[in-house]
Amino acid sequence: MVTTLDSVDVVTVGVGWTGGIIAAECAKEGLKVVGLERGRERGTEDFSIVHDEYRYAVRYELMQDLSRETITFRNNRRQRALPMRQLGSFLLGEGLGGAGTHWNGQTWRFLPYDLQIKTITDEKYGANKLPAEYTIQDWGITYDELEPYFDRFEKTAGISGEDKNPFWGKRSSAYPTPPMKKTPILQRFETATSNLGLSPFMVPSANLSEAYENPDGQQINACQYCGFCERFGCEYGAKTSPEITVVPAARETGNYEVKFNANVVEVMKEGDRVTGVRYFDTVTFEEFIQPANVVVLTSYVMNNAKLLMVSEIGQQYDPETGQGSLGKNYAYQILPGATGFFDEQMNTFMGAGALGMTVDDFNGDSFEHGDLDFIHGASLSITQTGSRPILANSTPPDTPSWGAEFKRASIENFTRTLNVGGQGASMPHKENFLALNGTYKDIYGVPLLELTYNFTDQDRALHNYITERAGEIMQEMGAKTVVTRNPITDYDIVPYQTTHNTGGTVMGADQATSVVNNFLQHWDAENLFVVGAGNFAHNGGYNPTGTVGALAYRCAEGVIRYSREGGSLV
Amino acid sequence: MAKKDKNFSRRDFLKTSGIATGALIGGGIIGGLIGANTNQQDTASPTSTGTSEESMGAAGGVRGLVFFGNNAEFEILNQATERIFPEDDLGPGAIGLKVAYFIDQQLAGSYGENSKEYMQAPFYEGEPTQGYQSRLKRNEMFRQGIQLMQQEAQSRFNANFVDIEGEQMDEILTAFQEGEIQMRGVDSQFFFRLLRQATLEGVYADPIYGGNANMGGWRMKDFPGHQAAYINEIESEDFVEIEPQSLGMHD
Ligand SMILES: Cc1cc2nc3c(=O)[nH]c(=O)nc-3n(C[C@H](O)[C@H](O)[C@H](O)COP(=O)(O)OP(=O)(O)OC[C@H]3O[C@@H](n4cnc5c(N)ncnc54)[C@H](O)[C@@H]3O)c2cc1C
Ligand code: SF4
Repeated sequence: MVTTLDSVDVVTVGVGWTGGIIAAECAKEGLKVVGLERGRERGTEDFSIVHDEYRYAVRYELMQDLSRETITFRNNRRQRALPMRQLGSFLLGEGLGGAGTHWNGQTWRFLPYDLQIKTITDEKYGANKLPAEYTIQDWGITYDELEPYFDRFEKTAGISGEDKNPFWGKRSSAYPTPPMKKTPILQRFETATSNLGLSPFMVPSANLSEAYENPDGQQINACQYCGFCERFGCEYGAKTSPEITVVPAARETGNYEVKFNANVVEVMKEGDRVTGVRYFDTVTFEEFIQPANVVVLTSYVMNNAKLLMVSEIGQQYDPETGQGSLGKNYAYQILPGATGFFDEQMNTFMGAGALGMTVDDFNGDSFEHGDLDFIHGASLSITQTGSRPILANSTPPDTPSWGAEFKRASIENFTRTLNVGGQGASMPHKENFLALNGTYKDIYGVPLLELTYNFTDQDRALHNYITERAGEIMQEMGAKTVVTRNPITDYDIVPYQTTHNTGGTVMGADQATSVVNNFLQHWDAENLFVVGAGNFAHNGGYNPTGTVGALAYRCAEGVIRYSREGGSLV
Repeated sequence: MAKKDKNFSRRDFLKTSGIATGALIGGGIIGGLIGANTNQQDTASPTSTGTSEESMGAAGGVRGLVFFGNNAEFEILNQATERIFPEDDLGPGAIGLKVAYFIDQQLAGSYGENSKEYMQAPFYEGEPTQGYQSRLKRNEMFRQGIQLMQQEAQSRFNANFVDIEGEQMDEILTAFQEGEIQMRGVDSQFFFRLLRQATLEGVYADPIYGGNANMGGWRMKDFPGHQAAYINEIESEDFVEIEPQSLGMHD
């Protein structure tokens, strides 16, 4: 039996950054909002014994329970897709705050170049710079149009940073808080990159350099540099997360309710409108329908795409014909870089998630690509996140992987190893896409999402080029031994790489090549919005959430306008 | 690419590794204190000191098996993990750190039972890039792997695994690592990786899980475990030695 609940103005599926932002903005405008979250309630008070690498970083305490739902994966269409049986390459979020609870907090704005990548590339390098199978396209919005929303997100999150990067877009105001501490390890990078003629600057961080009250009146505390940040919740309330900012802001209006243990399985549709969502109580498996005037999918890249697919909303992308937009332009990232082994001990175990310095000289179009066989690039950074002993066992080349020699080398180098890493922008390719799997189901009986993905020649060329640059920086930093990353071959879903999945529900100006318009409103159902990094038409050289946050504010404006006026917003 | 250089000073290493440092200082958990004074000396609780192995990790120093029902199997695991992480002049190995007890406990719980993994059929062998596709749970892999170690010792050396020489154990472990041992439902290479990883987890996880006895794993690596904050030390040009602290070190 399905129970139908009272209708609300807005329902969001999932309560991470995107769900929280939509809720706060809409509830402040007087709309009644319900957030359905499949995980549980949690907050700062739950993180008092979080300095536990084994439970949180190795056994993934805060992440998605794959026994209930996972995705399937194959490198190409000739392979059989198989379930990702344990987490690896990326760590999916679950519970209040989503992945925003255990993120690092690097908070970037994508470059003006990113949003108009097709136009700028064609203008500068001609239409054939990349072969036709690379499906790059503009995002249907410019940096200048998105700038106020970037600004909004950064003020909500209290981002600590400095405006010293010559390559990024213009900012309408300064960062709300000053940059984090420039530690000796960071200074080493700063000196080396300056010597090489590059332009280092502090990573914009959601681990706040000082206590801050945001425009919603929420308090974020000062980071204590505790070294347990990535994959952990912050026991100080110092890492900006949805549950200490936008979620309480939404709750304080009295117009917002979060329902936990609510796993949405379908978006209900009637004609060209959606009417609400169907969900399972994850404890009792009772079914409910939550009717709503507006449905907003805020359940991350993977689940947003899956819900549209199982609900048959929009046209599934077909790599054979190139037709259809749903599932298209999935992109990941590539991680070029270099490791340096040093003589002296450093305080590598101290740190914070977004404590770092970066150079953008090889990102976007800030360098000349005329003679190169790829476009775009990578931000290159050093981050001091706090090395922990189970997962940090770097050894110089030719060290055995176990036994006495391994023991000695891994212990010796724990406090003597630094990394310079790039986040390589990944361009979409016609063979990389999301679809539904025909064999495997989740615990609620719904088909699993299927990811078909491999690195492309563009990725490999970019990886080689940026890896060389990383090696030069590490050399200049004075490492005794510099080890550059091996060239990439096939994408492997096993080792952790980055939780920066993009695409599948791409935004754009053209209905034929995008799923949603630039208010993130679905082309086929005006009261349905889809928001997240799935909207990105390609992946850039940064972490996604700054841009995701901006898009969420843009979307919230759209939902509010739609609720008042109806109709298409573009 | 530069060549590796093994000429680090071991004396310097021992000096800074904290192995030879004196009494252990306990401290209460002060997580939640905003802007707390994080100087370890100020927050340490003088009452909860203890240096003996028994006072760390397992409650009241009691140790026992909760997954293995057979001491012989446990002894094989003990020896195998010691080969992976042996005792030497840097400090204890897996046996001294109680790694096998850690693994035993993990195998009895959600780790061993794969309770957070997607274990639904059908199972197909996939490409290596698709990851682990076995229907076996981790505790089944361990049980089988250990039995096979014993079998290999018998067939290669006509002796029990626990009685053969270290190099002979290494030969068997290497055969596992190279995928040369026939296992059912999983390949031995995968099992070996699991064994190696579980060993490192037992060496370095917080002692509340029963391994890393006396925080010996952390001491060797100069990792201070749970510290509330480093805001006062993180700008130091010098390496800062800090007495390690476990999450279990509070009243
Ligand atoms: C370890 C780690 C480090 C990271 N570091 C950074 C960083 O430094 N900088 C950066 O920019 N980004 C970082 N990220 C990425 C960042 O966390 C995400 O981009 C961001 O949190 C995405 O927000 P979201 O709202 O789109 O999705 P999520 O945070 O994933 O929230 C989605 C929510 O929806 C819920 N949900 C999903 N499906 C359903 C369903 N069917 N029914 C009900 N609820 C559902 C989930 O439980 C989840 O709570 C990191 C991620 C990880 C894992
Ligand atoms: S490093 Fe800073 S922001 Fe991160 S968890 Fe620790 S105190 Fe919080």
